[in-house]
Amino acid sequence: MKSMLSIKDLRASIEDKEILKGITLEVNEGEVHAIMGPNGSGKSTLASLVAGKELADVTGGSITYLGKNLFDLNPEERSKAGIFLGFQYPIEIPGVTMVNFLKAALNEHRKHKGLEPLSAKDFLKLLREKKDLVEIDSKLTNRSVNAGFSGGEKKKNEIFQMAMLEPKLAILDETDSGLDIDALKIVANGVNKLKRKDNATIVITHYQRLLDYIIPDYVHVLFDGRIVKSGGKELALELEKKGYEWIKNQVNGN
Amino acid sequence: MQNKTVISDIEREFIDLYKENRSMFEAKASAPVNMVRKSGIRDFEKLGIPTPLQPLFRNGYRKYLEPRKVEFDLASVFQCDIPTLDAHLVLLVNGFFDKKNGNSLKELPSGIIIGSLASASHKFPGLFEKHYGKYASHKDGLVALNSAFAQDGIFLYVPEGSVYKKPIQIVNLVMAKEDIMVQHRNLIIVEKNAEAGVIICDHAMTPNKFLTNSVTEIYTAENASFDYVKVQNEHNNAVQFSHIFVNQEANSSMTSNIMTLHGGVVRNNVNVLLNGEGAENNSYGLYLVDREQHVDNYTYIDHAKPNCFSNQLYKGVLDDSATGAFNGRILVRKDSQKTHAYQANNNILLTDDAKIYTKPQLEIYADDVKCSHGATVGQLDEEALFYMRARGIPEKEARLIMMFAFAHEVIGNVKVEALLKRIDELVEKRLKGELSPCDNCAMKCY
Repeated sequence: MKSMLSIKDLRASIEDKEILKGITLEVNEGEVHAIMGPNGSGKSTLASLVAGKELADVTGGSITYLGKNLFDLNPEERSKAGIFLGFQYPIEIPGVTMVNFLKAALNEHRKHKGLEPLSAKDFLKLLREKKDLVEIDSKLTNRSVNAGFSGGEKKKNEIFQMAMLEPKLAILDETDSGLDIDALKIVANGVNKLKRKDNATIVITHYQRLLDYIIPDYVHVLFDGRIVKSGGKELALELEKKGYEWIKNQVNGN
Repeated sequence: MQNKTVISDIEREFIDLYKENRSMFEAKASAPVNMVRKSGIRDFEKLGIPTPLQPLFRNGYRKYLEPRKVEFDLASVFQCDIPTLDAHLVLLVNGFFDKKNGNSLKELPSGIIIGSLASASHKFPGLFEKHYGKYASHKDGLVALNSAFAQDGIFLYVPEGSVYKKPIQIVNLVMAKEDIMVQHRNLIIVEKNAEAGVIICDHAMTPNKFLTNSVTEIYTAENASFDYVKVQNEHNNAVQFSHIFVNQEANSSMTSNIMTLHGGVVRNNVNVLLNGEGAENNSYGLYLVDREQHVDNYTYIDHAKPNCFSNQLYKGVLDDSATGAFNGRILVRKDSQKTHAYQANNNILLTDDAKIYTKPQLEIYADDVKCSHGATVGQLDEEALFYMRARGIPEKEARLIMMFAFAHEVIGNVKVEALLKRIDELVEKRLKGELSPCDNCAMKCY
């Protein structure tokens, strides 16, 4: 199986406080990984480092994506290379319509692949197709990016963008937070429909709930900047049952 | 009014020039214009030119007092190419109405009269007696100076009940082989239940230094509606003082939209008197400034009667070491209950050297009003930039998209669809640094 993302002994600090204390993670094509962990364990820092946000200073280790050193690429290059970050808190951009935003993004991706920009007609056709996939309100695409969207709409909008850009590696950062069960199902359904043999998904979540709908191949528990436990999907259930205290106690040797 | 005790050499020059040419001015103009002229020079002698602005006048500008032949064949040069914009085009060359395309006064459908201010002042003395110089107050010495020297400009009369959907495009062209100063004067009268709009394009055709000091008086009668769009696209050697005085009667509505794309030093003064109940005024401004440019927007909205509405939105993007100022004042008089008055000034500074001075002022003497004002100064939202980059949009493009969105909030208020599109394009080009202030007129009429 082809390696997609290879994180080796990654260490990162924010203002001298070490947030990631040596993360090692291998993600291959076709796999779904779940990263679980309590608040403050470093999940979002890890996601943002892969996407290229300089939230933390990398102090050691490496991230290799499809054989390339990821640190050589800026955020837009990473996106065009097929990395997608579903934001925990999607950003509102007043005045920039979803349509223009997506058109600009999509055409950059196409340019990168040596393709012509999509015609207005083809673009709208694609937009319609993908909108159906994530069941988002048609009117949302005419509004400013995330501006005035409800929490659920914002998260659906992330999956919609993912559908438009068809990434190789999607990292969904707490996509389930703030979603009711119906929205959760729609989001999960969207992710499942976009799953292919040659792409991979990393689902970052606090709760096991989402993993009822997006079935992971591997579950990793991140605690205090380290992956302290890895296993199959049953690990998520065990974690749900026993709580993070169980992990804390194991780590602390109690 | 504070009287001057010392008259500077620059001011003396104007006073002497006035004396030399007084008989010529008076011979050409009608009585109501000359009446205002007299008070103009009197007030100018008292007020002078504001001291900080005096250096701007020290360039030895040739004072442009008579229309002269221009070498261009303007009729063929001016082909407006906003493909879908259907506008009636009139032209001022160095402050004088250009008659090349016909008479100095023209009657449009539904009785609208457009043409030369000088000609109109002779033909319609009654209208001039009633309106000319009645709204432009001489509290600013530059307005008094314009009154003293005013010879020509645009006259627009929209008779009662007349609705003219086609915009009237006024191109202010400065072109000369030497550095010149021009002072035109416009008078716009929109009678009861009438409706019209103008698009004003300021443009410098030759690279010389220019100084423009213009005054526009606008009167909207009861229930009238008037739309004013101005696009300033002069070059870095241009200095422009533009004073607009609006008098609105009951239930009239007026929108002004002033967009400064280029210009060395620009000062826009917008003065609005809401002089009848139910009057509504929307005043928008956009300034995109870079290099050493300087743009000021001064507004003064006087809520003299109850139940009026005013809204101001001025936005600016300042780059390099450009500077700008917004000075907005809203006055709500004692008896002006149920006033709604809003004002916002938002700025983006792209560099550490760019500066904006913003001073929103609310003066309220009534007790049952809704008013708000606010000013912001900031940079582009870094979180939003990252969000766009994370979707593959390069940083430069992302910045552009955000600046454009910021500017569009002002541009979006332009009502003529074709013009709105055109201005969008111009602003996008301008933000990309592709719009040249000299190659062609902002409206691409060349």
